[in-house]
Amino acid sequence: MKQISVAIVGAAETTNMGKIPNQSVIGLHADAALNAIHDAGLTAKDIDGVATAGESPVELAHYLGITPTWADGTSVGGCSFMLHVRHAAAAINAGLCNTVLITHAESGKSRVGARKFGRDPASQMGQFEVPFGVTSPPTMFTIPVLRYMKEMGVTVEDLATVAVIQREWAAKNPRASYRDPITVDDVLNSSMIAWPFTKLMCCLVTDGGGALILTSAERAKDFPQKPVYILGTGESVETPMVSQMADFTTSKAFRVSGKKAFDEAGIKHADVDHLMIYDAFAHLPLYGLEDLGFVKRGEAADFIREQNTAIGGKLPLNTNGGGLSYMHSGMYGMYALQESVRQMRGIAPAQVPNAKISIAHGVGGMFGASGTIIFSNEAP
Amino acid sequence: MADYPRPLPVPTPETQAFWDGCLAGELRLQKCDACAHTYFPPRDFCPACSGRKVTTFKASGKASLYSYIINHRPRPDFGTEPHSIAVVTLAEGPRMMTNIIDCPQTPDALQLDMALEVAFEKASETIALPKFRPVKG
Repeated sequence: MKQISVAIVGAAETTNMGKIPNQSVIGLHADAALNAIHDAGLTAKDIDGVATAGESPVELAHYLGITPTWADGTSVGGCSFMLHVRHAAAAINAGLCNTVLITHAESGKSRVGARKFGRDPASQMGQFEVPFGVTSPPTMFTIPVLRYMKEMGVTVEDLATVAVIQREWAAKNPRASYRDPITVDDVLNSSMIAWPFTKLMCCLVTDGGGALILTSAERAKDFPQKPVYILGTGESVETPMVSQMADFTTSKAFRVSGKKAFDEAGIKHADVDHLMIYDAFAHLPLYGLEDLGFVKRGEAADFIREQNTAIGGKLPLNTNGGGLSYMHSGMYGMYALQESVRQMRGIAPAQVPNAKISIAHGVGGMFGASGTIIFSNEAP
Repeated sequence: MADYPRPLPVPTPETQAFWDGCLAGELRLQKCDACAHTYFPPRDFCPACSGRKVTTFKASGKASLYSYIINHRPRPDFGTEPHSIAVVTLAEGPRMMTNIIDCPQTPDALQLDMALEVAFEKASETIALPKFRPVKG
């Protein structure tokens, strides 16, 4: 289904980001939601569709005093919000609801009212991965990269370069957690987390959230903000266990989701002005550029090293600084969507001049799931 | 053994034969009777063709190193030294997560595609974990 009749009319992050010890997870959801509802010029009573991940949409709706006619609790990790956008667009097109609120929030750093970590030891992961020492993403998401590096001739300096260039973008964003310039040596000399990943190749752990409001493109013209139209969407899932990913050099979920979104939008790669690729770790933009088809397999590291994704490059990538430097509360996909919306509204701190098409591509779990949203600020 | 500190698997009906095999010193895989696909983790049907007739068999225990990390984050249950978390490709085709043992936990010693063989590490009365070590030669 083409999603061309739906637009983002409200978008906001939490009032504070970084370390927020005085708000719980559900409190942060509400803060982001109220900011986005205000941004759209609405009240909570105007919302008739809700979607969120991590928390239940039941909890979200009740907390905000919303009685929806549509709810989506798809929770497939950090790209869940891309899937929510996709599902919400379909729901609005089908007449299931008119005005959808999508929220994300986590108390990733302060852990106020946050769920406990841990896997059921009888789950597949509990049986076939956890006993070998994996705990959190730094010991799981990182495992494929040595195979990728060997097959593609990529070096640790290439991984470090991803973090260096994203820090250059972060420096232009007042809300970014880390803004001081870094060098490849700084990255390589930061503390070893999981060979070959050093600390500066890994995402931040912060508190915060964000929310979006969607409605039909027809109604969108009457809202106070410049509408950001949805041109195409994609989603897929592959595996709950990184060890069972079919090929460690490419993500099947990325390829399927990306192709679906491009097919729906009917655009070419050369049409894309701005790109967000969820960077939980420094290798994710490499996989994303290749699996979305912006470069051929094995060419992403060269493409980044040659400054194509940097300030002034032909494909500005992760212009908020990404999960590596901007913020990462646990499920970063919402922040990628927020930056795409800012770029399409023309209000991003590191605004790409005349950008008309932006893509936000997310990952969920450890290459487990994927969602892709193609936006435009021009009505299709 | 009694104070083995790490989280241990709890088998389910679909995986019990695999864990029984590990305790008996056998790495057990499953093969589809209809399409001959060999797969892991265990389940009572073929993930390639959905066939419900599958046969459990003893695998060779031979493997090669597909990819890994060396975890430097403190893990009280894994001691204080950095340790490998690896994915190996079994000779029969499927991949599994494991640790590489009897080998320095360094990038020099852990070379991708190196030949490995299974070695079972008893962790409790009911659980032995399949680890892999370099083939001497």
